[in-house]
Amino acid sequence: MTALVEMKDISISFGGVHAVEDVSVDLHPGEVVALLGHNGAGKSTLIKILSGAYRRDQGTIMVDGKEATIDNPRDAKAYGIETIYQTLALADNVDATANLFLGRELLTRWGTLDDGAMEAETRRVMNRLNPNFKRFKEPVKALSGGQRQSVAIARALLFNARILIMDEPTAALGPQETTQVAELTQQLKADGLGIFLISHDIHDVFDLADRLSVMKNGKLVGSARVEDVTKDEVLGMIILGKCPPGAIPGPGAATSEELAGIAS
Amino acid sequence: MATPPRSTPRALISSAEIDTRMIGMVAALFVIWIGFHIASGGVFLTARNLWNLSVQASSIAVMSTGMVLIIVTRHIDLSVGSVLGFTAMMMGVVQAEFLPPLIGYDNGMTWILALALGMVIGISVGAFHGYVIAYLGVPAFIVTLGGLLAWRGAAWWVTSGRTVAPMDETFRLIGGGTVGSIGETWTWIVAGIICLGIIGVLVNGRMQRSRFGFPKRPIWAEALLAICGCGFALGAAAVANAYPWPRRVAERYAEAQGIAIPEGGLTISHGFAVPVIIALVVGVVMTLIATRTRFGRYVFAIGGNPEAADLAGIDTRWITLKIFALMGALCAIGAAISTARLNAATNAQGTLDELFVIAAAVIGGTSLGGGVGTIVGAMLGAVVMQSLQSGMVLIGIDTPLQSIVVGIVLVFAVWLDTVYRRRSA
Ligand SMILES: Nc1ncnc2c1ncn2[C@@H]1O[C@H](COP(=O)(O)OP(=O)(O)OP(=O)(O)O)[C@@H](O)[C@H]1O
Ligand SMILES: [Mg+2]
Repeated sequence: MTALVEMKDISISFGGVHAVEDVSVDLHPGEVVALLGHNGAGKSTLIKILSGAYRRDQGTIMVDGKEATIDNPRDAKAYGIETIYQTLALADNVDATANLFLGRELLTRWGTLDDGAMEAETRRVMNRLNPNFKRFKEPVKALSGGQRQSVAIARALLFNARILIMDEPTAALGPQETTQVAELTQQLKADGLGIFLISHDIHDVFDLADRLSVMKNGKLVGSARVEDVTKDEVLGMIILGKCPPGAIPGPGAATSEELAGIAS
Repeated sequence: MATPPRSTPRALISSAEIDTRMIGMVAALFVIWIGFHIASGGVFLTARNLWNLSVQASSIAVMSTGMVLIIVTRHIDLSVGSVLGFTAMMMGVVQAEFLPPLIGYDNGMTWILALALGMVIGISVGAFHGYVIAYLGVPAFIVTLGGLLAWRGAAWWVTSGRTVAPMDETFRLIGGGTVGSIGETWTWIVAGIICLGIIGVLVNGRMQRSRFGFPKRPIWAEALLAICGCGFALGAAAVANAYPWPRRVAERYAEAQGIAIPEGGLTISHGFAVPVIIALVVGVVMTLIATRTRFGRYVFAIGGNPEAADLAGIDTRWITLKIFALMGALCAIGAAISTARLNAATNAQGTLDELFVIAAAVIGGTSLGGGVGTIVGAMLGAVVMQSLQSGMVLIGIDTPLQSIVVGIVLVFAVWLDTVYRRRSA
């Protein structure tokens, strides 16, 4: 079966900093792949390359087995790649509806914005995600952190994504909303979407993901199916860069000498 | 979905979805008007003065609508006065010196060609600024500060500083004046159209909300808005119609037209001046652009969070270029109005207009922090600025003191905006 997305040997640096170096990850339809790593490991940077926010210095991206040209966010969206950014990337001064449809507004036959239709659609999607949400007319600046996150999630769901990138989607959510997002993730997975999930919560990852990849200092430590590793082993990957036997090591896996150096 | 009954004034205003800032501005305008009326011994609130005020405010009002979009996207345009000066000079030279030898004096095409040329120049200059700002990444402040000098210099260069006059007869109608007004009947018709427009917008809004089952404004609020809007339009028409042509001019006109002069003299009303009509049309069009089109939506989204707009796939640089090109077009319209009114293109035309235009936008509620602003507000702001200016002239304040007052008002308005934003954040 061809992979939905394959990112091969991706590198990018900012000034002298190698934020991502030779990282390869892939994603299949109906699969959740978790990306893990300490703060500043390069997770967000890697997925921003896939979503078109950054241009990679090196590497190739394949979608459905064919090389894809992703130079800007519009290109990525054209491939059905939708992203929930860690920073949410909302325009604070306009309302939820304007944010959901930003860049893809519905128009009336006169070529003007069809605010009514857009708001109706927004109410439908938001209702499924966060039934308590009522503040449709206010600029999103006036919303709580969790409500803003709901808006960002709703936006990614609105346009029938095939590939969904979620960069810490539940960081600001309450327990009820987090459960809702977890259920939603399962449902989207069943619908055949491929999902990249970035999370610091190892329990969440083990509950939701099929596979995981760990990054450290911009390099890939290793990738594994969740059944093949334990939570402690994954912690070892994140903190020490130590690749357990159940995982496929990447270029960033610590060598045995390095590990011996830490131990002594 | 019914809104729960609430009774505090603030809740009432918010359920009616009326902008409190706008109410404040209208109130401030009335205070200024009444203040000047008293200080000037009762000459400020006369039909004649208000009519003149409306004509004088129109050029600034037209340009302030573009400045709103620029400030909303966190840019600034300091060059509008100079761009106005340059386009005015080009339009003047073309109709007074270049075209007549080619197509003759009083050719019906002259004003159209001059205006078209002005628009092309204005748009090109604005697009050029926008290109340097958006694609070369030079801050708008610097680009337009350079433009402020460069275009003023260019305006001088066209005629080596010589004033160009007179303008084409038809072109002069753009500037208002006795003949450049639409007369009593048309003024009532225009006011009627405005009333119908206001009611149409309110009814349509209500129907849209019904169609999707969204909460509606209380009916009293809709009625209040309709009454205020229509009252304002009809009141303005009455004022414009209450200002008659000077008696001599009216008599000469009657003679030429072979109309018998009735007992007790002939009164011909001015009605709305053409530049005021132009400003109103620009205001409506710009409001539509800002609120009903994708372009307008992107302008505000960019102002709220440029990075988010980029990530949403908006071509922010292209939008920026278009905003500045639009500003250039509005400068050309402003230039046409002021050239036509002066019946001349001068080297100093539009000097310090940037200050008035920016002040109008900011007083009208455009936030220098970006993302917030309305076209109506800016046009009201232009009226406030012009009221201050005219009022000070009327009560005999010296020019240097006028400048000091305008400067203070600008800083005060920005300070108010800062306070307002801090409170609402
Ligand atoms: N636009 C940028 N300019 C310069 N450096 C950047 C930029 N974006 C990221 N970096 C650097 O790249 C590295 C990786 O950052 P990234 O945001 O991808 O980390 P992350 O794994 O998502 O961390 P976190 O868990 O904190 O979200 C960091 O060292 C960061 O400083
Ligand atoms: Mg991150």
